[in-house]
Amino acid sequence: MTELIPDTVENATATPAKDQPYDLLGLKPDEYQQIRDILGRRPTSGELAMYSVMWSEHCSYKSSKVHLRQFGEKVTEAMTKNLMVGMGENAGVVDIGEGWAVTFKIESHNHPSYIEPFQGAATGIGGIVRDIISMGARPVAVMDALRFGAIDHPDTSRVVNGVVGGISFYGNCLGLPNIGGETWFDPVYQANPLVNALAVGALRHEDLHLANAKGVGNLVVLFGARTGGDGIGGASILASDTFAEGGPTKRPAVQVGDPFAEKVLIECCLELFAGDCVEGIQDLGAAGISCATSELASNGDGGMFITLDNVLLRDPTLTAEEILMSESQERMMAIVRPEMIDAFLAVTTKWDVEASVLGEVTDTGRLIIEWKGQTIVDVDPRTVAIDGPVYDRPMEYPTWLDALQADSPAKFARATDGDELKKQFLTVLGSPNEADTDWITNQYDYYVMGNTALHTPDGAGMIRIDEVSGLGVALATDANGRYCQLDPYIGAQLALVESYRNVASSGATPLAVSDCLNFGSPENPEVMWQFARAVEGLADGCLELGIPVTGGNVSFYNQTGDVPIHPTPVVAVMGSIDNVARRLPSGWQDDGENLYLLGVTADELGGSAWAGSVHDHLGGIPPRVDFTAEKDLAGLLGAAAHEGIVTCAVDLGTGGFIRAVADGVLRFGVGARVWIDEIVSRDGVDATAALFSETQARALVSVAREDDVKFRGLCDGRHVPVLRVGVTDKRSGELEVQGLFSIEIDQMRSVHRGTLPAHFGPVVGG
Amino acid sequence: MPKVIVEVMPKEVLLDPAGKATARALQRFGDGEITDVRIGKRFEITIEGEITPKLLDHIAEVAKDVLSNDVIEDVLSIRVAD
Repeated sequence: MTELIPDTVENATATPAKDQPYDLLGLKPDEYQQIRDILGRRPTSGELAMYSVMWSEHCSYKSSKVHLRQFGEKVTEAMTKNLMVGMGENAGVVDIGEGWAVTFKIESHNHPSYIEPFQGAATGIGGIVRDIISMGARPVAVMDALRFGAIDHPDTSRVVNGVVGGISFYGNCLGLPNIGGETWFDPVYQANPLVNALAVGALRHEDLHLANAKGVGNLVVLFGARTGGDGIGGASILASDTFAEGGPTKRPAVQVGDPFAEKVLIECCLELFAGDCVEGIQDLGAAGISCATSELASNGDGGMFITLDNVLLRDPTLTAEEILMSESQERMMAIVRPEMIDAFLAVTTKWDVEASVLGEVTDTGRLIIEWKGQTIVDVDPRTVAIDGPVYDRPMEYPTWLDALQADSPAKFARATDGDELKKQFLTVLGSPNEADTDWITNQYDYYVMGNTALHTPDGAGMIRIDEVSGLGVALATDANGRYCQLDPYIGAQLALVESYRNVASSGATPLAVSDCLNFGSPENPEVMWQFARAVEGLADGCLELGIPVTGGNVSFYNQTGDVPIHPTPVVAVMGSIDNVARRLPSGWQDDGENLYLLGVTADELGGSAWAGSVHDHLGGIPPRVDFTAEKDLAGLLGAAAHEGIVTCAVDLGTGGFIRAVADGVLRFGVGARVWIDEIVSRDGVDATAALFSETQARALVSVAREDDVKFRGLCDGRHVPVLRVGVTDKRSGELEVQGLFSIEIDQMRSVHRGTLPAHFGPVVGG
Repeated sequence: MPKVIVEVMPKEVLLDPAGKATARALQRFGDGEITDVRIGKRFEITIEGEITPKLLDHIAEVAKDVLSNDVIEDVLSIRVAD
């Protein structure tokens, strides 16, 4: 083994002309020059490693920053009054009452999940859970929003099996319930699946902790797994590059996760917080030690001194640069007062977690890292972590968009007879994006911990937080890439109102938003235009609904070759409910209840599931958004749940009215008789629109007969249009759409459930 | 009938959680001198007929594409059993 001589600051000053591989690390020539200007010399190789990972799109948000500001600007005082921690920290924290707070965040792990689906998705769960731990919260549930290529493409099964296996492996081993999410199939995601993982945690108000390095002389401690060669430059190099078609696949070392080590880390961190052993804890994710040291120092007293030799290594041959960039999983960095270090180490020893003191907090304004007795990094940490490059990239209205919007599905002949409509209904119900995802969700443990009140296939997941009072939270994620392709501004708002409605339909009150914005290359002006429009739409929408964005993540470069994915801004909405016993499931259970449709129906089939699955068509304009109607509907559902006068609520989304009816029937296998005549006559639409239109701000509810009058009164009082559209029927074993068609529940179920297993095989033994 | 043995190991730079757990268990049982364990896979492939260079090439391909995940594992050796 040859002894590697580190590139020291002294050496860098002495050899200014040395060639440095900045381009291979993803830095542009002007960015490299900027680093030289900041330092007044060439960077050492260690500094170059740090700047290159921290200035990558993934870590620096350099292309999105100028747009994301809107989430902080378009807010009112009322929106932020429940917000204990807003954007910019590891995860936002929301006060849900009774002394409880909830922290939640959604983050992408797209590129690693294409290269190595199992480990990529598994470490995606691990990473987002560590964000939650670092806020001082106990993780209580996870969710996942997934996008895969065409369901019948030969490579899709590999990715689906790997990703779902990875999520279930990591989440199930951690003992966290997976309570929801969504899955879409579309050829645009063929070589670039999206794996967006959400985690939610609960904490008492007084347990809130922020990650910063304050207090000169406080110790910097690295603990958890040892540092190895995993995913060196993974996040940055992977996330800054796209997968070219053909050619050798780019396959650098990915990270391997160890969920049992993470479980121990959760308990260890919670005990460290409880014993007041730490000032703050930062998780190590993308950019590893580079990120943790520079961010902690920037957010604290501004300086830090680190002896890199003290990092415990799994592989002793690692170079200093590799140690700085390693993305080994299950590691945390803590700031500890010197008098508490013995107590700290007692806790880590108890949990069998290795820890080592790397250095201390200073007020010099410099992050200094020594290795083998020499200084290899001497930088202002803010220039690494915060004041990176910011780009206001050029934008262009897409040349193809007007033609796409003009290509309305109105051109398709509408069916009038019952048989044809029945056939279309079954086509929609069994289409990949509308089909039952139980093939996926059955691989997840959704009841572990015993606090799950709702889970897939309910529209929102719900978790009890306080076991005495019954206080709980509901969460839903949504993004319809087809809508966003047609209009990213409206599309992002549609994702927001769909999630909002999902949460409201569970009986909870929507409180806050986390978003994961998945787009193509920001260097493509048309993609940048889509991104800007989506952010603007989402920020405007949040202002209208009065719920703030608390954090999230941006994932660019999601494309294969030159073809970007559909804009996919995944929006997660979190709401609270006083008592989960008052939750509303997404299906009826009793006989003879009345079914009511809330909201009005317009002929809105652009980008719909009907257009996609029946006509293989994407064009026109997406449904309109009406925030006032959404708020009225959510208010009504919350009040009705609180007073116990509705027995279930199904929100209307993709697939429209008939899809919601099917959900209500299939949830508990209780049939129904419905009619659409009054929708047709009141709203002036035809049968196709009544059944399949995706008009927003609608929900289907079941009401016991004795609560009928009260329910009608509630609708009148809150100005929500209402129509009685059916009754539940426990004996018939079928769904009847009066005057059009009937279908047995068993047949509906086999169509709805058969699609995924037909392509991906039985779950056991995959 | 002749057999071909294929050995696959997790890549050296990557974490091997099962190996790590095993090493720690052995250390707990008092095996202080054991510092590390890595766990791999061994395939015994039975062949009908003669083992030709062409067949070994084919097995090498199968080992790379199917028996191992070349993102996180290496094919360590392919040999004919004695």
